[in-house]
Amino acid sequence: MNLLIKQVHVIDPQNKVDGVFDVLIKKRLVAELKKEVNSDGVEVLDGNGKYLFPGLVDMHVHFREPGYEQKETILSGSKAALAGGFVAVVTMPNTDPPCDHQSVIDNIIRKANEVPFYIFPCGTLTKERAGKELSEMADLKRAGAWAVSDDGAWVSDSLLMRRAMEYASMLGLLVMTHAEDKRLASGGVMNEGIMSTRLGLKGIPNASEAVAVSRDILLAQLTGAPLHLTHISTKESVDLIRLAKADQLPVTADVTPHHLALTDEALEHYDTNFKMMPPLRTEADRQAVLEGLGDGTIDAIATDHAPHTEEEKMAEFPEAPVGVVGVETALGVALTHLYHTKVLSLKDVVIKMSTRPAEILKLPKQFGQIKVGAEANLTLVDVNQEWIVKKEEFVSKSKNSCFIGMKLKGKAVATICRGQLWQKQS
Amino acid sequence: MNHAAWKRKDLVGLKDLSADEIRLMLSTAKSLQEISLRPVKKVPTLRGRTVANLFFEPSTRTRISFELAEKRLSADTINFTGSVSSTVKGETLKDTVRNIESLKVEIIVIRHPASGAPHALAESLPVSVVNAGDGINEHPTQALLDMFTIQEKKGTLANIKVAFIGDILHSRVARSNIWGLTKMGAKVVVCGPKTLLPPKVESLGVSATTDLGTAIKDADVINLLRIQTERQSECFFPSIREYANSYQINREVLQHAKPDVLIMHPGPVNRGIELASDVMDGPYSVILDQVTNGLAVRMAVLYLLSGARKKAAEK
Amino acid sequence: MNQIISSEEMNRAITRIAHEILEKNKGASRLALIGIRTGGAYLAKRFQDQIHAIEKCEVPLGLLDITLYRDDLTEIGPQPNVGETEIDFDVSKKRIVLVDDVLFSGRTIRCALDALIDFGRPEVIQLAVLVDRGHRELPIKPDYVGKNIPTAKSGSVIVKFEEHDGEDGIYVKENE
Repeated sequence: MNLLIKQVHVIDPQNKVDGVFDVLIKKRLVAELKKEVNSDGVEVLDGNGKYLFPGLVDMHVHFREPGYEQKETILSGSKAALAGGFVAVVTMPNTDPPCDHQSVIDNIIRKANEVPFYIFPCGTLTKERAGKELSEMADLKRAGAWAVSDDGAWVSDSLLMRRAMEYASMLGLLVMTHAEDKRLASGGVMNEGIMSTRLGLKGIPNASEAVAVSRDILLAQLTGAPLHLTHISTKESVDLIRLAKADQLPVTADVTPHHLALTDEALEHYDTNFKMMPPLRTEADRQAVLEGLGDGTIDAIATDHAPHTEEEKMAEFPEAPVGVVGVETALGVALTHLYHTKVLSLKDVVIKMSTRPAEILKLPKQFGQIKVGAEANLTLVDVNQEWIVKKEEFVSKSKNSCFIGMKLKGKAVATICRGQLWQKQS
Repeated sequence: MNHAAWKRKDLVGLKDLSADEIRLMLSTAKSLQEISLRPVKKVPTLRGRTVANLFFEPSTRTRISFELAEKRLSADTINFTGSVSSTVKGETLKDTVRNIESLKVEIIVIRHPASGAPHALAESLPVSVVNAGDGINEHPTQALLDMFTIQEKKGTLANIKVAFIGDILHSRVARSNIWGLTKMGAKVVVCGPKTLLPPKVESLGVSATTDLGTAIKDADVINLLRIQTERQSECFFPSIREYANSYQINREVLQHAKPDVLIMHPGPVNRGIELASDVMDGPYSVILDQVTNGLAVRMAVLYLLSGARKKAAEK
Repeated sequence: MNQIISSEEMNRAITRIAHEILEKNKGASRLALIGIRTGGAYLAKRFQDQIHAIEKCEVPLGLLDITLYRDDLTEIGPQPNVGETEIDFDVSKKRIVLVDDVLFSGRTIRCALDALIDFGRPEVIQLAVLVDRGHRELPIKPDYVGKNIPTAKSGSVIVKFEEHDGEDGIYVKENE
C-alpha cells in the first residue's frame, strides 16, 4: 500500500520538524517528507488542518491476556490502542500466569502480530510478582521482554530490589516501579484527606507513594540502574523526582491522563469507574503533577489502561477492582486538558506521548520520530474535533472509563502502524 | 409547625439533607412518639405497603427497631439477614435488590459493610432506600434519634455542645451526627487517640482533640462510641487497658463535666471499657431513651419516604 | 371570599351546641371532648370553656391528628405533615364528643373514629360540627350542627378562630 498524506502539519520534536508537508508512505516506509510530493498513482489522504505526530507510545497498559480474557485480549487491546492513536505499548506482567516465564512473553508477542501493532512486553521483576526471588530476567529478555516490573505490587524487600535493579541494568532492561507502600496504604480505597473523611471510605495517604518513590530513587543512586517511576500521583513524589533529576540520577517518570485531569472530588457518588491505584488525589497534587509535566520532571504520559468488566465494576466501592481504561481517551484528554488549556504546547504533547517514551524505552528508530527511510508509525490528529466519550463506542472489551460523558476536544483520526493505515471503522 | 415538604425518595445520609429536612424529620418523629403509648400501638398508614430489611452485617437493635417501626405503621415486612460472603455468591447487590423489588417491595432498609452501597442502589433503582448503616460512612437514623433525644432533653440543638469520644475514624454514628448536628447549629467536638481520629476531620466543621478533659469541659452531651477490641491488633492503640485509662467516662471524669450533662451511647456498650457501669446506670444516662426514641424516628423516616416515592415514580 | 356568618352568630351557635351537649348527655360527668386538628381543636376548646361556664367543671379535652389514618395517602405526595395527637385521659367508658369545624365528605370523621378506637372503648361517640356543608360520601351524620350551609362541591368553607386567625367568622370561597 502506498499512501500520500497531503498538506499535513508534521510535528516531530526529535528532528525539529514543525510545519506543513506532504508525507509519502511507500512499501511501509516513510518514503518522502517534502513540501510537495507528486500524487500520481497513490492513495491520497487529505491532511489539511490536521497534524501528523510520530506514533504514540504508551508505556503502561494491561491487556490482561493470558488469564483475564473477559476483560481484554491482546487483540482487543491492540485495536483499542490503535483507535486511540497508539502504535506501541508496554504491557504489564500481572497476567495469569504472570509474565515471569519466557513462554508467556512469546505468546504475547506472537498475538500482537495479528494486527499491525507493536507490543513491548514487560516481564516480572520477581517470580510470580511475589517479591521473594528474582525472575529469570535474562531468559525473559531473550524472549522479548523490554522492561521489568512487579506493577500492582511494590517490592518491599529493599535488598531484593537492590539486586533486581543491578541485575536488570546489566541486561539493559528498564526497571519500572509501581511506587506504593502497601502497608501504609493499609487497605485504603481512595486518597486520604478531606474527601475520604467526607465519604467514609478508607484513605491512602500521599506518603504511601512518596515513601516508595524515595527508597527507589535511593536505590537508583546506589546501583546506577535506570529507574522508571510509573503513574506518579502526588506532589511529594514530584518533588522527590525533581531533586533526583537535579542530582543527575537515572530516574524517569510518567503520569496518567486521569491524574492530570481529575481529583478525588470525582468520587462523590461512589462511582467505581473513579476507583484506581494510585487513587485520584487532591487539586494541589493535580497542580503539582501538571507543573512536573511542564518542567520535565515527569517525562511521559502513560495510560495505565486497566480494563475490568462491567460486572466486576458493579461491586460496591470498597470491593470493586481498581483501574480504568485509557488508551482510547488519552490523546483527547491530553489535548483537552493540556494543549487547549495552554499547559503544554502541541510539541510537548508529542514529546510526552511519543518522543520521550520511545527514548526511555530505547525503542528502535521507527518510534518517537518521523524518519525518512524508517518504517511508518504515525498518528494523524484533529486537535479541534469535539467529541463526547460514550460507553457504547469503546473498542476495548471493557468500558470502565472515568471520562464517560465528558466532552473532549481533539482526537486521533487515523493511525499508521507497521506502515499500514488503521482507522477505527477498519 | 414545620411546613417543609419531604421530596426525597431515599434516606442515604445526613450529609445531603438540609436543616429544614432534618427539622421535619424530628417534628414528625415527635408526632409519632405517642403511638407507642397507646393501648393499640399501631396506625394503618402503611397498610398494604411492603418493607424489606436487608442486613448484610450483624445487627440486633437497629434491625429490631426498624422492624417494630414498620409494624407500628402496619407495613408488611420481609427480613434478610446474612453476610455478604456467605449468602449472595456471584450475585451483585443491585441484582439482589432488583429481585426483591420485583416482589413489589416499596422500601428497602439496608445495612451493608461497604461504604456507599446504599447510595449506588438509591441512584439506580426506583425503590426507596433507607440506609441502616453503610461501612464506616453513615448511620442516619441513629444520628436522627440522637438529635431527637438531645432536643427532647435540652429543648434545642442550637449551640448545644456535643462531645464524641472514642473510635471516630471507624464510626458511621459519629459521621452522621457530625453532618446533622453542625447543620442544626450544635457545636461538635470529637475526641479519641490520634490514631482513631479521621484525617482532616476539622474540615467537617468540628473541633478535634486527643484530650478527654478538653472534650468534655462545657459539654452538654457526651456521646460515647463503642471501642472495638480488634482495633488493638491493627495498631490503633496499645491495649484496651490503656484505652480505658485514657478515655473511659466514669464518675471521676464526670466531676469536670457540666452537672446536667447527658451521657449517650449507640450501643452495644462495653461496660467498664468506654463507660463505667455506675455512670451507665446513673442519672446522666439517656441510653435507654435513645432506644425508645429510635422507634419514633424510624417511623417518621418510613412515613415521609412512603409519600415521596409516589412522586418520584411519576416523574 | 365572602363572610356568611358573623362573629356574633358563630358564638351563639357554639353556646347553643354546648347546651345541647350537656342536655343530651345529662350533664358533664363522663363527658370528654376530642377536637380534630386543626379547626376542631379550637372549637373543642371553646366548648370546654362554655361547659365550664355553665356547669363549673372542666371536661377532659383531647386533640387528634388524623393524618396517619387518611385513605388518600397513597395518592398524594409528598406526605402531609403529621400533627401531634394529645389524648391524656383514658377514653374507655367515656361519652366522647368528637369535634370538627366543617363536616363535608365524612372521610375525616371516619379517620377519627378509627383512631379513637385504638385508644380504648368509649361508651358512646357523638359528633359536633360548626358547619355541615353536605356532599357526604360515607354514612356519617352529626349529632350537633351549628349551621347547615349548602355549598357547591368545588367550593370551600373556611372557619376562622380568633386565637388562630385574629377574628371569628365563617367564610365561603367559590372555586374559580
